[in-house]
Amino acid sequence: MQHGKYRFIVGFLTVPLAIYGLFVIWPFIQSIFYSFTDWSGLSPEFEMVGFKNFTRMLDDEVFWKSLQHSVMFVVLLPLVTLTLALFFAFMLNVGGRRRKNAAIAGVRGSSFYKVVYFFPQVLSIAIVALLFQFAYNPNSGALNSGLKAVGLDGVQPDWLGDPDLALWCVFAVLVWCTVGFFVVLFSAGMASIPKDYYEAALLDGANRMTTFFKITLPLLWDTVQSGWAYMGILALGAESFAVVQIMTVGPNGGGPDYSTTVLPLYVYQKAFRDGQAAYATTIGVALLIVTLLFVAVVMRMGRRERLEY
Amino acid sequence: MKTTDTPPADTTEERPAVAKVDAAGGPSRKATEGQTLNVFSHGMLVLWAFMVVMPLLWAVMTSFKDDKSIFTSPWALPDTLHFDNWSRAWTEAHMSDYFLNTVIVVGFSLVGTMLLGSMAAYVLARFEFPGNRFIYFLFIGGMSFPIILALVPLFYVMQNMSLLNTLPGLILVYIAYSLPFTVFFMTAFFRTLPTSVAEAAFVDGASHTRTFFQVMLPMAKPGLISISIFNFLGQWNQYMLPTVLNTEQEDKVLTQGLVQLAVSQGYKGDWSGLFAGLVMAMLPVLAAYVVFQRQVVAGLTAGALK
Repeated sequence: MQHGKYRFIVGFLTVPLAIYGLFVIWPFIQSIFYSFTDWSGLSPEFEMVGFKNFTRMLDDEVFWKSLQHSVMFVVLLPLVTLTLALFFAFMLNVGGRRRKNAAIAGVRGSSFYKVVYFFPQVLSIAIVALLFQFAYNPNSGALNSGLKAVGLDGVQPDWLGDPDLALWCVFAVLVWCTVGFFVVLFSAGMASIPKDYYEAALLDGANRMTTFFKITLPLLWDTVQSGWAYMGILALGAESFAVVQIMTVGPNGGGPDYSTTVLPLYVYQKAFRDGQAAYATTIGVALLIVTLLFVAVVMRMGRRERLEY
Repeated sequence: MKTTDTPPADTTEERPAVAKVDAAGGPSRKATEGQTLNVFSHGMLVLWAFMVVMPLLWAVMTSFKDDKSIFTSPWALPDTLHFDNWSRAWTEAHMSDYFLNTVIVVGFSLVGTMLLGSMAAYVLARFEFPGNRFIYFLFIGGMSFPIILALVPLFYVMQNMSLLNTLPGLILVYIAYSLPFTVFFMTAFFRTLPTSVAEAAFVDGASHTRTFFQVMLPMAKPGLISISIFNFLGQWNQYMLPTVLNTEQEDKVLTQGLVQLAVSQGYKGDWSGLFAGLVMAMLPVLAAYVVFQRQVVAGLTAGALK
C-alpha cells in the first residue's frame, strides 16, 4: 500500500485542513492574541495592552453576573436533565409491571413515549425559544391564561419580565428541549444490559430502586458521563446563547437588569453591539477556561473499570 | 465502585425461560410490587409527554386563528381555520425566501461536510504518517471549544475575504464547524471496517483515490447516513453562526428569519402570521422525523454511544 501514499494523504487532507484551519483554528488563535490588545474591531489598528482587559473584566459587574449564570447552567442543567432522563428511561425499560416469563419490562406504550419525547430534539432552538417566549407572555400567553382558566387569577407572574424568575424560565426551556434526547440515548444503553442481571437480582429479592442503583446506573456510567460532557458544553455554548438572546428582553437580550445574561451572549454584545472586540475576546477566553475546567472535571469524575458484556 | 461485582446470572439453575417481549397476553395477573409506584411513575411519563406535545399543538392551533382571538382566548380552538395566515407568512413575510436560502446553504454544506469529513477521516484512520495524531486531535479539539470565542475574529477574517454576508461564505463556515464531529465519528467508523477489502482492491490495481470512492465509501454507508442526519439537523437548525456572520436581509436563513419576524411583528402586530411561519418551519422537520424515526434516532445518538 506504499505506492503514492504521501501524495494521496496530502491530496485528501489539504482541503479539509485548509478550511478547518482558516475558519476555526486561526480565529481561535487570533482571539487569544486579541485579548491582550485594545482592538475595537471597527478599525484595523490596535496596540498591545498586556493584562488590562483581564483586570477590567474582574471589575465588570455584568461579567460576574454572566459567569454566575453560565456556571449555574453548567452545574444544574446536566444534573436536572440527566436525572429526569434517567428516571424516564428506567421507567420505559425496566419500570413496567412484571409479566409472565419476563423478569423486566418497560411500561406499556414505551415506544410511543420515546417518539414523543424526542420531538424537541429535532426542532431548532430558535423556534423553541420563540414559541416559549409567547407562552410566557404575561398578558396573553398560554401559561398565564392557562392559570386563569383553572381559577388562579391571582397568580399571574411576569415570567421573563421578572428579574427573579427570568433565568429559571430560560432554564426550564433548556431542560424541556434536552431531556428527550437523553431518554432515548439512555434507553438504548439500558436495552443492551443483559436481562439476566435483573433476573438474578430480582430472584435475590432486590427491589427496583436497588436494581437501578446497583445494576443500571453502574453499567450505564460511560454513557451518562459522555452525556454530562455534551450537556455541559451545550449549556455553556450556542444553546444558551440562542435561548437567552431570543427570549429575554432588554437591548439584544440579557433580561431585566442583566438577570439572564450568559457568557456567550456577553461576548456577542461586546463585540457586535459595543464595538469592543478585544474585550469581547477576553470574556471569550474566560469562557474557554470555564469550558476546559468543566471538561476536565467530568473526565475525572469516576473513571471506572469497564465491564464487557 | 466495583461493577465487576455484579453476579453472573448463568449459574442460577431455575432461571426462568426468558421470553422476550412477546408477553402479549396483556397486563400481568399478579401486579404485586409497587402498585402505587407504578401509578406515580406512569403519571410522570404521561405528564412529560403532555408537556412536550402541548406547546407544539398550541402553536399549530394558534397559527389558524386571527390576531384578536390569539390575545383574548389563547386556549380556545380557532372559530374558523384561517389559512390566509399561512399564505401571508409564505409570501409577505418572506418565509419562501428563507426556506430557499436554508435549502441552498444546508444542501451545499451537507455535501461538502460529508465529502471533506470522510476524506480526512479515512486518511487519519487508515494511514500512518508523521503528524497523524496531531491533526486528529486538532480536529477533535474543535468539539469542546466555545465557538463564540472564534466568531469575533472570524467576522473580520470573512470581511477581509469578502465572504461576510454571502451564502458561499456561510456554507464554508458551516462545513468548517461540522468537521470536528464528522471526522471524529467517521475515523472511528473507518477503523471498524476490515482492511482486507481495500488491500484486495489495491492489489487489483485500483489507486488509493479509486479505492476510497468505489470500495471504502460504499462500505461506510451506515456511518455516512447516521452522521449525515446528525449534520443535516445541526445545520438546518443552526442559529448562532448565521446570526453573527450572515446579516444581509435577502440572505437570511429560516431560524434568523423567524426571529426577525418576531421582532418586527412587535410593531406590525401580525402574530397569526408569525405563528404560521413558526409552524411552517417546524412541521417538515417533525414529519421527516416521524417517518425516518429509526434512522434519525440512530444518527443523533450514534456519536454519544461510541
